[in-house]
Amino acid sequence: MKRLKDVKGTTKVDFATYLGVTIAFLIVYALQLDGRLTNSVESWLVPICCFIVMAVSLNLVVGISGELSLGHAGFMSVGAFSGITAAMSLSSAIPLAPVRLVVGIVVGALCAAVAGVVVGVPVLRLRGDYLAIVTLAFGQIIKDLINCLLVGYDSKGLHIIFNVSGLRSISDLHMDDTGVAIIKGAQGATGVTKLASFPAGYILVMVTLVVVLHIIRSRTGRAIMSIRDNRIAAESVGINVTKYKMIAFVTSAALAGAAGALYGLNYGGLVSSRFDFNTSILVLVYVVLGGLGNIWGSVIGATVLYILPEALRDFADYRMLVYAIVLILVMIATNNPTIKTLFGKLTALVKRRGSAAAAKGGAQ
Amino acid sequence: MGEVKKRPPTRLVPVPSKNIIPERDINSDPVLECQHLGIDFGGLTAVKDFNMAIGRTEIAGLIGPNGAGKTTVFNLLTKVYQPTRGTILLDGVDTHNMTTVQVNRAGIARTFQNIRLFSNLSVEDNVKVGLHNQTRYGMFQSIFRLPGYWREERRAHESAMELLHIFDMEDLAGHEAGSLPYGAQRRLEIVRALATNPSLLLLDEPAAGMNPSETAELMENIVKIRDTFHIAILLIEHDMSLVMGICEGIAVLNFGEIIAKGTPDEIKSNPQVIEAYLGKKREV
Repeated sequence: MKRLKDVKGTTKVDFATYLGVTIAFLIVYALQLDGRLTNSVESWLVPICCFIVMAVSLNLVVGISGELSLGHAGFMSVGAFSGITAAMSLSSAIPLAPVRLVVGIVVGALCAAVAGVVVGVPVLRLRGDYLAIVTLAFGQIIKDLINCLLVGYDSKGLHIIFNVSGLRSISDLHMDDTGVAIIKGAQGATGVTKLASFPAGYILVMVTLVVVLHIIRSRTGRAIMSIRDNRIAAESVGINVTKYKMIAFVTSAALAGAAGALYGLNYGGLVSSRFDFNTSILVLVYVVLGGLGNIWGSVIGATVLYILPEALRDFADYRMLVYAIVLILVMIATNNPTIKTLFGKLTALVKRRGSAAAAKGGAQ
Repeated sequence: MGEVKKRPPTRLVPVPSKNIIPERDINSDPVLECQHLGIDFGGLTAVKDFNMAIGRTEIAGLIGPNGAGKTTVFNLLTKVYQPTRGTILLDGVDTHNMTTVQVNRAGIARTFQNIRLFSNLSVEDNVKVGLHNQTRYGMFQSIFRLPGYWREERRAHESAMELLHIFDMEDLAGHEAGSLPYGAQRRLEIVRALATNPSLLLLDEPAAGMNPSETAELMENIVKIRDTFHIAILLIEHDMSLVMGICEGIAVLNFGEIIAKGTPDEIKSNPQVIEAYLGKKREV
């Protein structure tokens, strides 16, 4: 009973987030199993999960750590192509598709984490706009690097060529008869076995939420947020600024890589230009409109803002217009004092109810 | 040659004595010793030949007119600036080449003249950030919420509440630090600094913006902190009632140089100090 009393407002919000995501998943999954979803709606499910993971992980950098990163899609790209490579080259070694998906996601996350370290070491010495510019460049560079990549596998293992001159082709990989090309330069990855599924997406979203929220509610998270709020004061109380910025950045990159791997394994083929600057900005929009530092806001932001342009496809000409108007309206609404106070009252009400329930629990 | 040197009639810099109050026996075991400390910013010498020793449980004051270099001394001690000259010995250990973070871990905590709280974090979390280096669990334990996480978090919560109790701020624990009134923010900064378990606490104008009754309460609390935690406190303050009331030793800084050291009574009657504050008496 004492435990229950100790439960804080933030913990309640976290549980509400897990619960909300789970309920939404169960409803949609039931509808999907029942065959009530149209093909197009069904095709949104995995990408929505991927973009929720992207938004939540970017929020760790932009909202929690307070650094503007414009290259988040770059990490997604690293995760996608390394995940595809891992999942495809292991297709004979691991016959079980779900295991291969997990391996793909883990490999994607690890590769993206490595990329995060490589980018983070020089970049996190910069502040503000400079960091944004360098991460933006990173996103573009990754895209172009993958355009030069030729990857195939055969019975002898992986063959990788870095086609900088642009003159080489798949035949230069010198694979034997069992050889299969995975990534073909600018054509991207083709012939990918579709491994991703909606439940897998849901699990990845939950893992991401647990990882990010548990980090935020720990000493690590407090250290990261203290640096955001006041770097000089954080140093004065013995917080290693570089270390904690790095933790936030690399964790975020790894989760983006996992999202990328799931995304990549959801389609038969994938080109690197899918993860360009626009994708980074799109994820940033999800985060900003969901609320900086607000994790459940990122979940809702990503879901709504992913569905919106897709649902508006019928109004082809006006699609982007309506999208823009909705963005502006959301910005106005979230900055409106009346609506803000209303939200504040609602939160207070929820908190009071929660603490009343906790007190009741404590009395029993 | 055995020749006795003629003593100059007046000296701006007194003979460097190791401690502020030569009479008191703090010399044997000072927590902090500054020897010939100095820093230049380009051609400007902001602090020049700063010598000072602070006893293990001493409350010392650093006063001087605006721009005298008091905060610069704090920034030198906490390695926000690396000194151009001189050495700082903390517990007898040279802090040369240490960073701000390392100096804090070695035992110096500070507050800031312009309050620097983690304003979006709760009051309790501000203190818990101060407790960071005494909370021992890794990211792995926090992600999987292993027993270590719960144990250490509970301990951190209890310590934070105990520390907040010094200023009777437990009720404010859940509030956002940025929303606190000014005086409470100053107090929270002191609590946060104390949370890092220092042996020397530097307070930069702790009474700034406080009314007389708040200042009186603060004075009591500073003495209480010293007596409870057995630490040394060095404070910069313009409020003379506070400085003269609780400091056992005072150093007066003017244009980056110490012009006087001594007990409050000695400082009050020191002609150079009066001159630094009020200007020279015109010759008739």
